[in-house]
Amino acid sequence: MTHDEIKALLFELIGEIAPEADFSSLSDDEDMRTALDLDSMDFNNLIIAIHERTGRNVPEADYNKLFTLKGAIAYLAAPSAEVKL
Amino acid sequence: MPALGADMEAGTLVEWLVKPGDKVKSGSIIAVVETQKGAIEIEVFHEGTIAEISVPVGRRVPVGTILAHIDDGTPPSPLPPVQVEISAPVGKTAKSTGETTGPPVPPRPSLGLIAAGGARLKITPVARRRAAALGVDPRNVAGSGIEGSIRLADVERLARSVPERPRHVAGYDAAAMRAAIAAAMSRSKREIPHYYLTETIDLGRALAWLESDNSTKSPQDRLLPAALLLKASALALRKTPRLNGLFLDGEFKPGEGIHIGWAVSLRGGGLIAPAIRDADRKSLSEIMSALRDVVERARKGSLRSSELGSATVTVTSLGDRGAEAVTAIIHPPQVAIIGFGRIVTRPWVVDGRIEARFVVATTLAGDHRVTDGHAGGLFLTNIRDLLQEPDKL
Amino acid sequence: MSDATHSSTLRLTYREACKQSLRQALIEDPRVFLMGEDIGRYGGCYAVTKGMLEEFGEERIRDTPLAESAIAGAGIGAAMVGMRPIVEVMTCNFSLLALDQIVNNAATIPHMSGGQFAIPLIIRMATGGGRRVAAQHSHSLEGWFAHIPGLRILTPATVEDARFMLLGALRDPNPTLIFEHVMLYNIEEDLDSSIRAVDIDRAKVRRAGRDVSLIAYGGGLPKALAAASLLSKEGIEAEVLDLRVLRPLDTAAILESVSRTRRCVIVDEAWRSGSISAEIGMRIAESAFFELDAPLRRVCGREVPMPYAAHLEDACLPQPEGIAAAARELVAPS
Repeated sequence: MTHDEIKALLFELIGEIAPEADFSSLSDDEDMRTALDLDSMDFNNLIIAIHERTGRNVPEADYNKLFTLKGAIAYLAAPSAEVKL
Repeated sequence: MPALGADMEAGTLVEWLVKPGDKVKSGSIIAVVETQKGAIEIEVFHEGTIAEISVPVGRRVPVGTILAHIDDGTPPSPLPPVQVEISAPVGKTAKSTGETTGPPVPPRPSLGLIAAGGARLKITPVARRRAAALGVDPRNVAGSGIEGSIRLADVERLARSVPERPRHVAGYDAAAMRAAIAAAMSRSKREIPHYYLTETIDLGRALAWLESDNSTKSPQDRLLPAALLLKASALALRKTPRLNGLFLDGEFKPGEGIHIGWAVSLRGGGLIAPAIRDADRKSLSEIMSALRDVVERARKGSLRSSELGSATVTVTSLGDRGAEAVTAIIHPPQVAIIGFGRIVTRPWVVDGRIEARFVVATTLAGDHRVTDGHAGGLFLTNIRDLLQEPDKL
Repeated sequence: MSDATHSSTLRLTYREACKQSLRQALIEDPRVFLMGEDIGRYGGCYAVTKGMLEEFGEERIRDTPLAESAIAGAGIGAAMVGMRPIVEVMTCNFSLLALDQIVNNAATIPHMSGGQFAIPLIIRMATGGGRRVAAQHSHSLEGWFAHIPGLRILTPATVEDARFMLLGALRDPNPTLIFEHVMLYNIEEDLDSSIRAVDIDRAKVRRAGRDVSLIAYGGGLPKALAAASLLSKEGIEAEVLDLRVLRPLDTAAILESVSRTRRCVIVDEAWRSGSISAEIGMRIAESAFFELDAPLRRVCGREVPMPYAAHLEDACLPQPEGIAAAARELVAPS
């Protein structure tokens, strides 16, 4: 997936969790949880949605890499460690 | 019209989801009612057929009003057997008198879905499940799957499509919700003599166990700390049953099960506490699923009547973005409320040394008419002990 | 070619990986020795053991007569007394002559002796078709052997697995059969130099996807991946699961993948009737029935004795277009 496709997917999935989220004022580096008022249940639901939509299983140890928009896009764009070939 | 909260006096019937002739069973959702706490789905607990709808859409009726009648299977008087006339039409031989004729009896439906014409419906297992969960009838959908089978996408499309009657938009009226909270909390402070106890609990072991357990699971199955806190509270209530129940008509009535009202804060303001039933008997995974489900539906405004009327105690957990501790207000007519603050790292004494530990401030507010500080204190130390052995939860 | 135990080159063929894995075994454990037809002076029918007779000598690289039953039996005996024999049966087609030894001795002696004897025996076999060697020399019998309790069945499909699965099997006190597909020997892949071992228990997702699960093993893996590429151009994202181990099957991985994508095509070069594809399909039906959004499908070898003519043989083997077509029909039926 391209960076733009990932960004669009993230906005869609977060939008389902936080319908009133204002993405236009979200900067790349700020913590999305604070900016969009996402608690741990919301973040958990986001990880689940990412897994269901892309097959990508994000381990708990990597959660902090997805707290910012920039980090999340970079993480999801990189090939998964599970894929060998 | 059920009472969906201690102070509810009336509700408005905003949508019927069944019509006369529809079959219902225990747990079937039959209508949507508008209350101060938003739109609530009404369930029935009997098996039978809807016989008559008594309250039309849009009418506001007091609690206790009959909304509908269900025919539970007591057979109506059977049609008298009709003898075939001996003088049958020319050319036809009359059958023997043993045969009963009358209006044709419709074929008995099997447990599966029967399409128009009586043929068994071709629908994939997951689509059938989803149709049941969404409450849509896939019988008239054209399937896009193999051999014309109805599949998941077809059911989801059906659920999203605009129905003939405008569906009631689930959601909350912020002002009405605020008024309901104000009424309940004021009553609580007026009538209930609260006492408060606090215990700071070391969560080091619990969180370490959680991290290790989650690392083997795919995202859908991972647990949040909330599931452990809820389960520990439920198990501790088994040992202190006088914290679990309702104070009604001047006396304490113990709860028949441990149904924990889980306080959910709503986006944009507001608070609601749907019940997780029999929380002490659910596994951690079941509790986590129930939490996810109830939080999602609470925020969407599609909770069910059984979830709002039945809590025997409330737990409020501020979560990772809340304050360090909460001194909560009991939700009448319950007699206790358990509060968990934010999990923080604090200096802690272990074997005489100071170490950084993850701890959570746990509070109990109890109704002094029913329990004393001693029982409350034992309850909190019980929760503390349970959380030191997370694998046993 | 490197003399070191671990190849210092980062890109190598499957054949070379098999060889390096055998060399590492021989270097690290003096109890290891090889036995098989034409493995010594000839260097192996598929050149896997080329140069090893010169390196390790006649005692440890033993050419045998054409006698599979005796070779397998000798391997079993050697294993029973504490050696670590790695026996080669040239292809699984000839393993039929050693079937009694494998099924009735190797698989059962640990049980029948009440645990007094372990059989730490490895039997390597080439398997599969595609080399125009016709009806008697093109079988895929790994599924048959996966039926037998007491055996571990490995089907490495990548250079990394060819390099390291055998070493994992050496640590297992039970008999292990390793099936090397004849069409994989020439494939070349990069090896991650930080990997020193792999597990011999789990399947692996080789390509994550959300629309359909392609379950494959051995020679079927590159074809499943090629099919996934074709499908991706049409907007269908297939997940490819490499089984790696046919016994014990990683049922959890299979169910996890299919429960997510809800559609499944199993790729198995063997004839479909009574094959491992039937076993996999049944396990899915048993445990994930209510997750399925489409019937289960499989792409197997055509149920005929393998033809000799090249175009006929190709028509009898699973191919990427056929796999893609089966998957497409599940996702977007015409």
